[in-house]
Amino acid sequence: MGVIQFKDVGKIFGPKTTGFKALQDINLEIRDKEFVAIVGPSGCGKTTCLRMVAGFENPTSGEVLVDGTPIKRPGPNRAVVFQQFALFPWKTVYDNIDMGLRNLNIARREREERIADILNLMNLTQYAGHFPHQLSGGMQQRVAIARAYVLDPDVLLMDEPFGALDAQTRVVMQEELVRLARKNPRTVLFITHAVEEAVYLADRVAIMTRAPGRIKEVLDVASIRNAENWDSHEKIEDVMDLESFVHLRTHIWRSLREEKAAQHV
Amino acid sequence: MNKQITFAHSIGLGILGLICFIGLWQGLASSDIVPSVFLPSPLEVYDRFTTLLERRFAGATLPGHLAASFQRFAYGFILAALIGIPLGLLMGWYQVLDEIVSPLFDALRFVAPIAWVPFAALWFGTGIGGPIMIIFAGAFPPCVINAYRGAKFVDPRLIEAANMLGTPSHRVIREVLLPSSVPSIISGLRVSAGLGWQSLVGAELIVASAGVGYMMVQGQANVSTTTVMAGMVAIGLVGLALDSALRLIERIIQRRRGLGQ
Repeated sequence: MGVIQFKDVGKIFGPKTTGFKALQDINLEIRDKEFVAIVGPSGCGKTTCLRMVAGFENPTSGEVLVDGTPIKRPGPNRAVVFQQFALFPWKTVYDNIDMGLRNLNIARREREERIADILNLMNLTQYAGHFPHQLSGGMQQRVAIARAYVLDPDVLLMDEPFGALDAQTRVVMQEELVRLARKNPRTVLFITHAVEEAVYLADRVAIMTRAPGRIKEVLDVASIRNAENWDSHEKIEDVMDLESFVHLRTHIWRSLREEKAAQHV
Repeated sequence: MNKQITFAHSIGLGILGLICFIGLWQGLASSDIVPSVFLPSPLEVYDRFTTLLERRFAGATLPGHLAASFQRFAYGFILAALIGIPLGLLMGWYQVLDEIVSPLFDALRFVAPIAWVPFAALWFGTGIGGPIMIIFAGAFPPCVINAYRGAKFVDPRLIEAANMLGTPSHRVIREVLLPSSVPSIISGLRVSAGLGWQSLVGAELIVASAGVGYMMVQGQANVSTTTVMAGMVAIGLVGLALDSALRLIERIIQRRRGLGQ
């Protein structure tokens, strides 16, 4: 299982009365195996939402629950993929992926098998003995995704995972993530400021307002994707050309632009 | 610096500096301004140095004294590293320990190692414990401070990554904090070796048998300024070798981790 619930969540950084109000009245339920992307203007608190599910931050008010349990601290059932990869530079690709598995009290044999599988799935087998700095950004992020996926987590939390990659690599990684998510579905909370990425990847897209961040609207992409049969197109650019895709993207753009405009008033 | 200085260049410049220094020294010593007992010339010191390499003075040859000193130094230094590095890392990880230890430690580290001499003599007599304690007093603070600093400045994202992977504290300390602090720890060890080796002469004031410091004290008693200077040269050379060795280790570790060049 992997149900994420935000219940009346608020977050204030600093003192309660004078601090920075980052989030307000966040209510969102992410179903098991659902892929939800949060988009919003920078500084709207979308990353804070993810960090609360991860257990890195606690809500000032309200509750964040995973499978009905309030989150207190980080744990391997909620694996995180960071924008800056956060691989351990002194560990090889193999040992980076093994780091979390070793905490799960799994027999060595099974660990080896699971790592071999994920390396294979992510096309990393030949790089098992490499150190992160010997790999390109895209490859490093593959390792980070493998490190998260290998734990078989209930929830996968991705914080602008492709934000640090160049445009071409980004497209490849987006296609791979779709492939991975189809093969091995997980509950995914995906933070991004790239609208196209959100529409291409997610079942639902939540749009946030500027700070204090609230959820402005939640769009059901999955029903349109299925109705218009997006998945029959293999390439990302073909999907992005579809009228239904363009329509959704433009809608989100408009919505975000209103927020931007409001910021300058 | 806008121009890259090559390795050969830097060696050459180093030698140039040394030659200028020795030239000035020789000039001053042979110029009758100061009597030679006050300032022995480089040649006299060199003579004395080579003699001491083979002839016993104060019970041992210079290499013999050096070996005795180095052994004490090694004990004190290793003890400082073995206690100081883990303590520094733990202080960097556990806030409470930091709060408890830091004020005490910050006050104690300003007490010069030499100040411990009376107590070293009182507690250990002329045994090996006294000098080790004084070298330890010199070498300990940089070990703690740099391990602490290394642990404090570890990339917080790596700590978060380790936490989300469910890593227990003892493994975070060993597998994230420690490796991430290696550069800081090694530069701490370099400072620490320097201070420990410096404290040696003071430490050996209370040792009656052997050691470079002891040899120099005996040289002073015999008004053999050349012996004192030969001791200074030996201390400088060993210190330089020690620092080069630690720098080499630093570079090897960096290279093995693929950082630096």
